[in-house]
Amino acid sequence: MTRLAILLAGIAMLAAAPATAETIAITGGRVVVGDGSDPIDGGTVVIRDGRIVAAGAHVAIPAGATTVDASGRWVTPGIVAGFSRIGLVEVDAVDATNDAQAATSPFSAAIDVVPAINPQSSSIAINRAAGVTRAVVSPATGRSIFAGQGAVIDLGGDMEPVTRGRLFQFVELGEDGAGDAGGSRASAHVLLRNALREARDLRAPIGSAGARSLRQAPSDAPPEDLAENPYLLPGAQRSDDVLLTRFDAAALVPVLQGRQLLLIHVERASDILQTLALRREFPRLRLVLVGAAEGWRVADRIAAARVPVIANALTDLPSSFEQLAATQSNVGRMRAAGVEVAIGMINDDEARQVRLSTQYAGNLVAIARVPGHSGLSWNEAFAAISAGPAEALGLGGEIGSLRPGRRADVVIWDGDPLELATGVEAVWIDGVRQSLDNRQTRLRDRYRQPQEGALPHAYDPR
Amino acid sequence: MVSNRMRLAGLGLVVAAALVGCASTRSTADSTPPPAAARPQRYTPPDDPYPSTYHPYPGVPTAITGATIFDGEGGRIENGTIVLAEGRIQAVGGADTPIPEGAVRIDGAGRWVTPGVIDVHSHLGDYPSPGVEAHSDGNEATSPVRPEVWAEHSVWPQDPGFSRALANGGITTLQVLPGSANLFGGRGVTLRNVPGRTVQSMRFPGAPRGLKMACGENPKRVYGGRNQMPQTRMGNIALMRQTWQRAVEYRERRARDPNTARDMALDTLVEVLEGRMLVHNHCYRADEMALMLDMGREFGFRIASFHHAVEAYKIADLLREAGTCAAMWADWWGFKMESYDAINENIPLVHNAGACAIVHSDDSNGIQRLNQEAAKALADGRRMGIRISDEVAWRWLAINPANALGIADQTGSLRAGKRADVVLWNGNPFSVYTRPQQVWIDGALLYDMNNPALRPVSDFELGQPGEGDVK
Repeated sequence: MTRLAILLAGIAMLAAAPATAETIAITGGRVVVGDGSDPIDGGTVVIRDGRIVAAGAHVAIPAGATTVDASGRWVTPGIVAGFSRIGLVEVDAVDATNDAQAATSPFSAAIDVVPAINPQSSSIAINRAAGVTRAVVSPATGRSIFAGQGAVIDLGGDMEPVTRGRLFQFVELGEDGAGDAGGSRASAHVLLRNALREARDLRAPIGSAGARSLRQAPSDAPPEDLAENPYLLPGAQRSDDVLLTRFDAAALVPVLQGRQLLLIHVERASDILQTLALRREFPRLRLVLVGAAEGWRVADRIAAARVPVIANALTDLPSSFEQLAATQSNVGRMRAAGVEVAIGMINDDEARQVRLSTQYAGNLVAIARVPGHSGLSWNEAFAAISAGPAEALGLGGEIGSLRPGRRADVVIWDGDPLELATGVEAVWIDGVRQSLDNRQTRLRDRYRQPQEGALPHAYDPR
Repeated sequence: MVSNRMRLAGLGLVVAAALVGCASTRSTADSTPPPAAARPQRYTPPDDPYPSTYHPYPGVPTAITGATIFDGEGGRIENGTIVLAEGRIQAVGGADTPIPEGAVRIDGAGRWVTPGVIDVHSHLGDYPSPGVEAHSDGNEATSPVRPEVWAEHSVWPQDPGFSRALANGGITTLQVLPGSANLFGGRGVTLRNVPGRTVQSMRFPGAPRGLKMACGENPKRVYGGRNQMPQTRMGNIALMRQTWQRAVEYRERRARDPNTARDMALDTLVEVLEGRMLVHNHCYRADEMALMLDMGREFGFRIASFHHAVEAYKIADLLREAGTCAAMWADWWGFKMESYDAINENIPLVHNAGACAIVHSDDSNGIQRLNQEAAKALADGRRMGIRISDEVAWRWLAINPANALGIADQTGSLRAGKRADVVLWNGNPFSVYTRPQQVWIDGALLYDMNNPALRPVSDFELGQPGEGDVK
């Protein structure tokens, strides 16, 4: 740990949301940094002011640190759910509690999930108890191929869930995109190009502070701040020949400029190639592929394009015609071809079950032992649910690993975190120790014995 | 991956059902009734129409030695030997078990042997892959009372999902059920997990059929949405009771008058009342399961198992007393109101109360990992202090589902004389790092991780990208 790193960590801490002044040293555990490196036995993790100070062997314990003994335990960064809708849904089938999708909204790209995220949703506490500390949260598409803007959140038990809002735009370009676009993939591609054209053609009002063409827009202008966005000022010019609302078009400006990531869900090999080809027309797009069940068939092309992939781990059925070639070896084969692959959950109970990430990663280790299969090493598999998704979203410097300066999201497990029998013993988020209680643990404790006592269970001592 | 279609009993089916309705109206108008004199004798269905044509595939005498054996009934043998021949388990025991001359010997050191996994709740074949509208064959959502339909008449044997369940999940037997849009969904069918040209060639010979019933949200939503009964849970129960009463009266009428016109729907229910068919009841909530148990007492039928019983832990004592199994997921929750109170310890709590616990899938992905689902539940139970050994927990995947399906005399455990449905795992099957190494059904080796020729490829997959790949 250098003095510079400590200084940088301190500066970064100033910008962080909740933090404590506490210094914590977790000692004696098998430490997994999360970046794909080998676990370190008998390591120490030091947390100060909500950030990681150091993690590894031969780490000095600062004076006055609160010490936590993790002997015989595993200590890892918290799991990062690479694609989810957590915090947007309480009960899927109860529409009033389901904010994942706005099926009849007049808006599309302008939609921002942040106001809908409920840090007190049961799902956040339940998944936190399983070691998930951060999640990529995406809206789902309604009437357009543009779902809107997603965020990265933490799963802490406070009222400040957002790590980074308006981090990306999410678009459907496969079978779902074709449906959203009126019935064909070709229409979806025209809609995408037209929308980016409308964003490009936005003009700020003549003579105003923002009277610059889009290409000259200052890169430090916060595109996410609608009040400051020159393309939304009164009198801003637009052609009459438009499909998008002004809000939607303005929301695509940072996508077009490469200041906001563009996550595109495609599964079929040809859809993947069509998506990669978008950069020929729009060279500044910062693409991330989501899904990519047939990615292994064009893995060399994805790798050459240097586009990261957030893939479902275990899709192996031709459940639609866009994933006829699905196999659990997809992630391993893409990885072997040099693609940067992380694990996410697209259209797979992603509002409630991101806690399955560890099981999914473990299965990719399992198939490495099956002849003909391509899996992942243990280190790669763990990274695919920690540093991997963080880096795919451009947040590798903030979350996803125990490298110095990262937010102190730390989990102590009673065994190998990818194993089915392993449980979580402690979770810190931003250096704050978290409760592991939730509705499910309360119900469990109430019904340890189903029979009622002198009074009904509703009167059980709490 | 998990399709809400199955759980939520897709409303999109309404459109398809309406189209079918138009077509049948026209054909009725075109047909001419036969003259009275030519009217045939009253139709009497055979006891087993569409009979099983399944036959065991060829196997060779095989002995696995040195393995850890879970026998499926709670027993465990270290350094165990199992001998398979002529489609049957010949012997199970320790290292001193005699091995017939000429038997193929497989070294099971460091490996586990279990009975083939049994899934009591699958929609493979009736909601096959690809999940296109044309394949949506699980819910005859044209009336809440459809006991006349049989799931086996919807099963598409070319569903690629059967092979995934075999290779990744070690599934050797499964029950395919109708969906849950209806109170009475129809008859389920128990299959051997072998590829076939016809569903008859997959049917488990002699296995009783099941009646699928459904409580709760799905029927009342599907029909209530059409402003039709049932619209409420009380409507669910009222229509179920009226239907059972019709069945009771029909049985009496038929006993009095053999010429009573056959009613295919009520025939199914009479088979239940006469104890020849088992009831498998989709039912999530504790209070509704308790009502269904009383309904069984009222009309004289026994419910073999509640499926998706996420609140079984609240009434595990009632389930034990009734002798009704609960078939459960390890950790599914929250996809609808009636799954809101799910807990991770449901399965071990039901087991711990002395009731019959089963791990089921209802899902073409989950069926590939039932061993893993059991492992998670077992660990969660142990963390709350419930002591269950690995070998006892394997009952949830073996003898318990076999009992619920009425086939425990045939399969579901490693006993000499039973069908040789066996999985050799390449490690502890409760570890995430373990996969089936070889799977035998009736002594025939139908999957071998080391032999690409023993990787079934359905007709649908031929000529498609990924044909014959590892999956």
